[in-house]
Amino acid sequence: MEAAVSFLHAAIVAGTPLLFATLGEIITERSGNLNLGVEGMMLMGAVIGFMVGLATESAVLALLAAMIAGAGGALIYAFLTITLRANQIVSGLTLTIFGSGFADFVGQDLIGQIAPEKLRMFFRPYSLPVLGDIPFIGQVLFRQDVFVYLGYLTAILLGIYLFKTSVGMNLRSIGENPGAADAAGINVTLYKYFHTLLGGALCGLGGAYLSLVYVPALQEGVTAGRGWIAVALVIFATWNPYKAIFGAYLFGGLDIIGFRIQNLGINVSQYFIDMLPYLVTITVLVVVSMRKSREKAGPKACGIPYFREER
Amino acid sequence: MIMPITIRAIKKSEPGRMKAALIRIGAMILALAASSLFILLLRLNPIDVYLKMVQGAFGTAYRVKETIVKTIPLVITSLGIGIAFKMQFWNIGGEGQIAMGAFAASYFALYMNDMPKPVLLLVMILASMLAGGLWALIPAFFKAQWGTNETIVTLMMNYIALKWVMFLQYGPWRDPNSLGFPKIANFPENAVLPKLLGVHIGWVFALILVVAVYIFINHTKKGYEIAVIGESINTARYAGINIKKTILIAIMLRGGLCGLVGMIQASAVNYTLSVEITGGVGYTAIITAWLAALSAPLILIVSFLFAALLEGGSYIQTVFGIPQSAAEILQGLILFFVLGSEFFVRYKFVFAIKHPTTAGKGAS
Repeated sequence: MEAAVSFLHAAIVAGTPLLFATLGEIITERSGNLNLGVEGMMLMGAVIGFMVGLATESAVLALLAAMIAGAGGALIYAFLTITLRANQIVSGLTLTIFGSGFADFVGQDLIGQIAPEKLRMFFRPYSLPVLGDIPFIGQVLFRQDVFVYLGYLTAILLGIYLFKTSVGMNLRSIGENPGAADAAGINVTLYKYFHTLLGGALCGLGGAYLSLVYVPALQEGVTAGRGWIAVALVIFATWNPYKAIFGAYLFGGLDIIGFRIQNLGINVSQYFIDMLPYLVTITVLVVVSMRKSREKAGPKACGIPYFREER
Repeated sequence: MIMPITIRAIKKSEPGRMKAALIRIGAMILALAASSLFILLLRLNPIDVYLKMVQGAFGTAYRVKETIVKTIPLVITSLGIGIAFKMQFWNIGGEGQIAMGAFAASYFALYMNDMPKPVLLLVMILASMLAGGLWALIPAFFKAQWGTNETIVTLMMNYIALKWVMFLQYGPWRDPNSLGFPKIANFPENAVLPKLLGVHIGWVFALILVVAVYIFINHTKKGYEIAVIGESINTARYAGINIKKTILIAIMLRGGLCGLVGMIQASAVNYTLSVEITGGVGYTAIITAWLAALSAPLILIVSFLFAALLEGGSYIQTVFGIPQSAAEILQGLILFFVLGSEFFVRYKFVFAIKHPTTAGKGAS
């Protein structure tokens, strides 16, 4: 029992950066933009968030800075793909190259630095009153750090935004058919810009969780491919923020399972365990595509640049 | 009364070749200007840096050879990627296919090398192409069968392939004679590709493949079918093209070319298998293939220029003490500008004065 609690607790921690990045990419793709720059934006958020955290020792400023950094990366992508209608896939890949170069360059003198004491104290696990005392569930879910709670909150708020508000409905209609949305008087360009930037900001937060809480220190390439897993998780979660919660924590569990298996004294090569998240991602994608249904398909216009004159 | 002027972009009917080239050159100049700002931030003289870059890529015979050595994998990988992109198959699995090709070739080089040199090299080439092709076939099969998103699957398979090579390098294939850092033993002499005119023979392969792919895409039925599928799946279906089969053949070909790159890099450049074997070529080649508009002859030119950029980039790293990441930023900046410039190639602008009577219509 204790082992299960500790494993699930750790899975949520490991899944939190994935959750933010997945939510960011969901909101981006809902506006019809497939942004493959998640990894780059996460890295930008990780390094800028860390640097501001180090300089100011303020968690709020650090997170804000990480969001701005992620949104800044997304802005480059948005300008290229929305205004200039460049190819989304190549633009996203370029953003990943640029973002990782940017992060390594800006952070080169701080590699190995540990997050400041004050921030680490701020982000230590905190048991919520009453909820934290629920056996098992409470121990797993409600004895986490503030950042994890922020993750729950963001996912639920985004779900409400997407499915229960008129703005969210407009957004979904743009992802499905921007021409029709435009004809209905929705400002397609504004929506696309806003949600791509918001998505970038969330990816930046995901990166900041890694450098400020998870590690918590600045490493080169701290994301280690998590941005790509997030892109796959969007499909797994069928573009639904609520399902993203389960997807992200499931993959968080896969991320740490190898460590635990070896601790049990079972002899499996580390490299095969490292393959697990990728193998599971492929399996999930194949299974999802096999039982394809209308609801499970992504936004129809995702990946296609919108140009009013070609409607 | 103020009459607002609106700018509208409309699609050009037929972009002129000359004009398109001029716009692209303009974008490169802007990119250099933006990069200069970045270099100034590093407190260096941009002109100095650019001169050293050119020197680093072409300064001496040795450096020209190094640039050519870097061009070879880019050309061949770009050719393979170009075939897949022609079909709108957004395969980013070049890294994994290169690694698996190198793995298959290395198996023969290390453990089945009791053959005359030409035979061994031929076996290595065939094995690498088969391995790369099969590795590419897995996501293509899912795509053709169920429409599974190939971008993500190919990417995941890159990680799996690299972990596999890592496993070999740190485990069963580790050279017991190497002390310190775990590495796989160097290939015996008869598993190393020969040189021609001072550069390993891969450059001949690259040139032959440029011609072969050009002919395949532009002058054969299969090549034409690939282009049709890329333009419109429905048109292809009406025309009676066997879509599944064509996708699988094209992807096999693509993976085979990437696998061959793995063999060339392992045999002629690294003389062994290691996790560094791919050197990011799988990703860089996506960019070169795209910049070359998927045309085989242009791929040759763009890859050479890009290799010069990489080679020059690594030279300025040592001369000015600029970190590797600065070169990545420069790469990213240049690409952003080139990507953005495509818009001006495809669209032209119309300036219109909005008349008050119709103002309500266009305003949002």
